[in-house]
Amino acid sequence: MSLIVRGVHIDDTFAEAFGMRATALIITADTAAWARQAALTMTGFATSVIGCGCEAGIDYELTDKRTPDGRPGVRVLLFAVSTAELQKQLQGRVAQCVLTSPGSACYAGLEGEETLRLGNALRYFGDGWQISKRFGGKHFWRIPVMDGEFVCEATTGLTKKAVGGGNLLIIGRTTPTTRAAAEAAAAAIAKVPDVIAPFPGGIVRSGSKVGSKYKGVPASTNDAFCPTLRGAVDSSLDADVTCVLEIVIDGLTSEAVASAMRAGIAAVVKLGPKRGATRICAGNYGGKLGPHHYHLRELLP
Amino acid sequence: MRPLTLTLRERPDQRLDLSALVPQILADKTPRDIERIELQTTRQRIRVGDVFRVRAGNVEQIHIQGACDRLDYVGQAMNRGELLVEGDVGIQAGRLMSGGRLTVLGNAGPWAASGMKAGAFEIRGSAGDRLGGPLAGEIAGMRGGIVIVRGSVGERAGDRMRRGTIIIEGQAGRYAGSRMIAGTLIVRHGVGPLAGFLLKRGTVILGDGCSALPPTFMDCGRHEFVAMRWLSIMIEPYSKGAAVLLRQPFTRFAGDMAVLGKGEILVGNRN
Repeated sequence: MSLIVRGVHIDDTFAEAFGMRATALIITADTAAWARQAALTMTGFATSVIGCGCEAGIDYELTDKRTPDGRPGVRVLLFAVSTAELQKQLQGRVAQCVLTSPGSACYAGLEGEETLRLGNALRYFGDGWQISKRFGGKHFWRIPVMDGEFVCEATTGLTKKAVGGGNLLIIGRTTPTTRAAAEAAAAAIAKVPDVIAPFPGGIVRSGSKVGSKYKGVPASTNDAFCPTLRGAVDSSLDADVTCVLEIVIDGLTSEAVASAMRAGIAAVVKLGPKRGATRICAGNYGGKLGPHHYHLRELLP
Repeated sequence: MRPLTLTLRERPDQRLDLSALVPQILADKTPRDIERIELQTTRQRIRVGDVFRVRAGNVEQIHIQGACDRLDYVGQAMNRGELLVEGDVGIQAGRLMSGGRLTVLGNAGPWAASGMKAGAFEIRGSAGDRLGGPLAGEIAGMRGGIVIVRGSVGERAGDRMRRGTIIIEGQAGRYAGSRMIAGTLIVRHGVGPLAGFLLKRGTVILGDGCSALPPTFMDCGRHEFVAMRWLSIMIEPYSKGAAVLLRQPFTRFAGDMAVLGKGEILVGNRN
């Protein structure tokens, strides 16, 4: 069964998502370009917890009026399956990608009941020359580096209410039109605060199913949505489909994920079936694995 | 609800101990109970009602009117609420304060904010020696919170400070920031000789430099500090002048090498 909105078929199904641990950082630098560079480097190779340890991306950019040190900045979100893994990924990525970036500074981007070590873990790089500063309930470390000082907040907040795996499957007749629809959806989702779409450009073409015929492989290609296998497997695709692209969404809250999916669906519907996608579906596991269910019919524009 | 107001009738014959006139002690007390609180520091007994006119009000907001330098220990160990003093205060105002906001519209005597742990303490006039410093025998001075002095201060401001921030908008006497263990001391204008004497850790920021820095501080060059930009934004609600000062480059002197040497003096305009 499906609904039709402005010529786009929307399946009466739901996206199934999982609880995750998440944190946020604000990275600043002398220029917006260098703040973005540090954030991009830190969030590289962070598309899926399956192979990268965490999922990360840029939430939004900040003007110099909205950052702790009055310089341009970027807010970054990180998601992982456990607090220990999130701490490990945070520490390693900030140490290798932000501390090393010219002119950078790093601040907490989230207030949480629990905290993760940030500057408290990196301060030892100062080899005894690090300086602690506290003011107004905030605690920072000043670590001497070759272009001056790396300023880093001692801790950042942790949320256990984050959600990972919200998704939209965007289905079309041709690759260019389907990609245009997915790009429109990714652009709309990028404007929603507290969410990221961690795959390249916010889009993933290698959607997966759980398990594999091969022993020890946790996930494998989503054959039901592979157009080239349409005649060989129990396909979910109509005869005129040649391309499927997925958008995976992680959010700090379930509400943020729902807002992002709503924005994505609206963008695809607005583009219409001629210039964009003909159908929107969502991935789930029958509702047995993930506690968060996002029904597409409840997210229509 | 209007504040509890205590108006001094006349300058007292002896120094008075006002440490009992803080919100946490006056809570649940009636105006009559408050009038019975003893304030004497000699054998001659003096109660609040003998020297103050008491106007009932919210004990979380206390106004002391007509104050003079014979009122000691004002706001001592205060942990919440607001205390506004119109006039001068004597020694150890705000000592061991751990919360709330204390404002003195006049001058404060020595050891103001001594051992302060948290909260905000503003002195609109000037303060005496050893602002935030420890009493004899104490290991550490100020341990947290923020102190703002709109005027000038005496010698050894921030002595043995462990944590917290002191902003002096005027000038400071000799040995400003002496023996600091950590924390931040900002002096917008001139400072007497030997600022940062025996500084272990912590930051002393001098807007107009120092007439004679200790010879055991090492010149590390002139730099722009991201941390000062952050601190500038944080302190702007308390002192716009100090916030502007922190946005400029500073010459960094590391020291005091006579002791641990992990502290710093940041000098704005070098003399």
